[in-house]
Amino acid sequence: MVLTRLALTAGVLLASTALASAETLTIATVNNGDMIRMQKLSSEFTAQNPDIELEWVTMEENVLRQKVTTDIATKGGQFDIMTIGTYEVPIWAKQNWLVALDDLGADYDVDDLLPAIRGGLTVDGKLYAAPFYGESSMVMYRTDLFEKAGIDMPDAPTWDFVADAARKITDKDNEIYGVCLRGKAGWGENTAFLSATANSFGARWFDMDWNPQFDTPQWKNTLTFYVDLLNDAGPPGASSNGFNENLALFQSGKCGMWIDATVAASFVTNPAESKVADQVGFAMAPDNGLGKRGNWLWAWSLAVPAGSEKQAAAQKFIGWATSKAYAELVASKEGWANVPPGTRTSLYENAEYQKAAPFAAMTLESIKAADPTKPTVDPVPYVGVQFVAIPEFQGIGTAVGQQFSAALAGTTSVDQALKNAQNLTEREMKRGGYIK
Amino acid sequence: MARETTRNRKLVFTVIGWTIGLTLFFPILWTIITSFKTEGEAIASPPSFVFFQWTLENYFEVQTRSDYFKHAMNSVIISLGSTGLGLLVAIPAAWAMAFSPTKHTKNVLMWMLSTKMLPPVGVLVPIFLIFRDFGLLDTRTGLVAVLMLMNLPIIVWMLYTYFKEIPGEILEAARMDGATLGKEIVYILAPMAVPGIASTLLLNIILAWNEAFWTLNLTAADAAPLSAFIASYSSPEGLFWAKLSAASTMAIAPILVMGWFSQKQLVRGLTFGAVK
Amino acid sequence: MATMHTQNTARLMMSPAVLMLLVWMVVPLGMTLYFSFLRYNLLMPGMEHFTGFGNYEFFLSDPAFFEALANTLLLVGGVLLVTVVGGTFLAILINQPFWGQGIVRLLVIAPFFVMPTVSALVWKNMLMHPVNGLFAWIAHGFGLDPVDWLAVLPLFSITMIVAWGWLPFATLIILTALQSLDQEQQEAAEMDGAGIVSIFTYITLPHLSRALTVVVLIETIFLLSIFAEIYVTTSGGPGTASTNISFLIYAEALLKYDVGSAAAGGVVAIILANIVAIFLIRMIGKNLEA
Repeated sequence: MVLTRLALTAGVLLASTALASAETLTIATVNNGDMIRMQKLSSEFTAQNPDIELEWVTMEENVLRQKVTTDIATKGGQFDIMTIGTYEVPIWAKQNWLVALDDLGADYDVDDLLPAIRGGLTVDGKLYAAPFYGESSMVMYRTDLFEKAGIDMPDAPTWDFVADAARKITDKDNEIYGVCLRGKAGWGENTAFLSATANSFGARWFDMDWNPQFDTPQWKNTLTFYVDLLNDAGPPGASSNGFNENLALFQSGKCGMWIDATVAASFVTNPAESKVADQVGFAMAPDNGLGKRGNWLWAWSLAVPAGSEKQAAAQKFIGWATSKAYAELVASKEGWANVPPGTRTSLYENAEYQKAAPFAAMTLESIKAADPTKPTVDPVPYVGVQFVAIPEFQGIGTAVGQQFSAALAGTTSVDQALKNAQNLTEREMKRGGYIK
Repeated sequence: MARETTRNRKLVFTVIGWTIGLTLFFPILWTIITSFKTEGEAIASPPSFVFFQWTLENYFEVQTRSDYFKHAMNSVIISLGSTGLGLLVAIPAAWAMAFSPTKHTKNVLMWMLSTKMLPPVGVLVPIFLIFRDFGLLDTRTGLVAVLMLMNLPIIVWMLYTYFKEIPGEILEAARMDGATLGKEIVYILAPMAVPGIASTLLLNIILAWNEAFWTLNLTAADAAPLSAFIASYSSPEGLFWAKLSAASTMAIAPILVMGWFSQKQLVRGLTFGAVK
Repeated sequence: MATMHTQNTARLMMSPAVLMLLVWMVVPLGMTLYFSFLRYNLLMPGMEHFTGFGNYEFFLSDPAFFEALANTLLLVGGVLLVTVVGGTFLAILINQPFWGQGIVRLLVIAPFFVMPTVSALVWKNMLMHPVNGLFAWIAHGFGLDPVDWLAVLPLFSITMIVAWGWLPFATLIILTALQSLDQEQQEAAEMDGAGIVSIFTYITLPHLSRALTVVVLIETIFLLSIFAEIYVTTSGGPGTASTNISFLIYAEALLKYDVGSAAAGGVVAIILANIVAIFLIRMIGKNLEA
């Protein structure tokens, strides 16, 4: 009896799920602060567009990436808008998986997008994703700690200076660590940071014939420098810290320096979230005098999968979320400092933004300094600063990141980690048919 | 003298029992306490256990960000649905195996269990493609089906071991007395089988509720249960310990409460034939 | 005649379950087998072609394969050891009369209701975190350096997290078995001056053997393909120190989107699981014979 009733109820409830309203947009996005803010403010959009409803799927970055990639590659059609980055856009656009965005609204002003960012999202002259926020990387440092130690941070420091300062500031008894850097394995985590850093050390992922280069002295220098620095002046457990973990550490006042995404600047200077909001200074990502700085380029962007049946509505939403008007909306609700950065020239020309965001100039300069088409000192066959824009990179980058992470945790030596990285990259590149 | 020893013994066991019990429960307790702290207090050192400003703000924050009740409802439907359907299919099967065993019964049972050894991630792409073609992606129907099939071997086995304990002679006797099959079931077997079925039901609701691979990979928005909801809190965003605790508490609270209230029923049949 | 009749009814009653499981097994397994012979990457559609045993060769020659195999077995073995020994101890403890027994029992079984993702998140961030975790604070209190559990002892830490979740299950099954133990026999032994140890070895343990078998069997089934705890805590690292076979297949399927090699990995995992199963049934299967 109980069972039949149970089964019946289940059946009825199941049947009722099939019907959904025609214009519901399902949006897949990352659980980063700016996206969560967009989700909160989206009621403004639905108020203007009563015929469109929004369903949010907010996930941690890696989970999200798996889900949208599986979905788009198999044409699952579960999402109408996907949040993807500059790595995916060119690869997916070439597969015809994305809709070219040509219907973003009359006042969208595509030419206002920062050229470096726009270039990364354009394939064959068509924009395939609209940048929600863009970022490079830079040094964020604690002015109070630098003052106390009697060190002056230049606007464009060298790696030697950074290493030296980090060691001086470190005070482990009081839980002050000189520098916080990404150590958590993942192609978007430590591999991104180390690839960009390696560029400034003169290293590269592949030579012009796609041979992996981890057996070069440049990579050895990079990794040795990084491991030594974090061991001396980094927080405990650095090998499991990613962007978000380091953000938490910096906000709670435990890092002297943090070299990471420019987008973090507004979080660390926000008094509501950060204990050290008034004591943060900014500088360019360091270099080694080889002509390349260790800063990357990335843009979290909104795109419409080709399988979506609601492309017009989806473009309308994207047009809203990445517009100048959205920036003004955020400014009016939460202040100019919290506007998603790094996408539009007009934002950086806005006097109010410059006043509210002390990091604006440095962010813009960092973004301009990154060149995905010529990322390294020596020539390379690939595009991308902190990634290599080939489909195989996610797998390789994560596996290499695990080796780097192991070297940092001390479970393997730097030499062994690089040897493993070289072997596994060669293996994958052979399988991919790049090398024999 | 003897009473004194018993009393002392009882005291010793009380101390040991409570120490171990509290230690094992501590991670959950700590999560619940932290969920009522502000983010700042959640990482304060030294941590405070009782004397802090209790707040509900994390719960409101989690609720505004992701519609908890929708996900909770999905969890309820999916776990009840898959368990209910599973029992419907498994009861007859287990029944037949227990009362009309053949020489193949053991092998069939072992084969069923071996289907559970298939690592889910190995068959993800095939299942995903099948789901896509049948329009089952992000539907509760699809998840009910998958979770039912996932847990069916355990259900069958658990019921089989339970039914086997029911003495067959009772059936024979009833049949001699001219009882029809229907009466046989209603008056004789049902009362004896109910505890086993109840226990199987509970165990499978728990297993289905906590399943996190298929629920995460086959849903997007509509059908996502609590195990997928927690995925949006699985990496920190700045200071997030209190919010993570609130989301975790919300995800486990319903099943924990259910489990506690029904633990007697759960335990009664949880023998897998291990009791002679 | 009557037997024929019941036999047929029995077959009819079994058929839905058997058929469903057959379909559930044959269809995905068939597809997996088929894919395992294809060069098939989701990110490069239109490039599928037959590749013979290429995927198997690729998967088995992965430098992490043997480590993953060892980790899989270590993880299963470690969790079994902790839960069986701990579960027996806990069951005996809870079976003693003491004040608040009912509440302690509730506390002990609670971890079983916590979903693996949540328990992994809680352990990782709130307890084992080397800066903000409670263990770090306790270490500081004793004047020690906090241990970065998941980086230094990844496999051990994951074993602990998983064992915490499965301990109540083992405890409950052993407890139900204990409760059916003949009290008089035990008391008689006590009268005869048998010590606690010998009572345990000669009376309790033999009585529990079936329960322990069940615990081992069921846990093995679930633990062989453990994934969520690893994914949330260490992502298989550092290096490949906590990668098991499930996680290795995950990397093929959801990082490289290489359906072919993931399928080959799936087939390999099934074969391994069956070897373990046969081994297990040989070893302890006789305990299950009624």
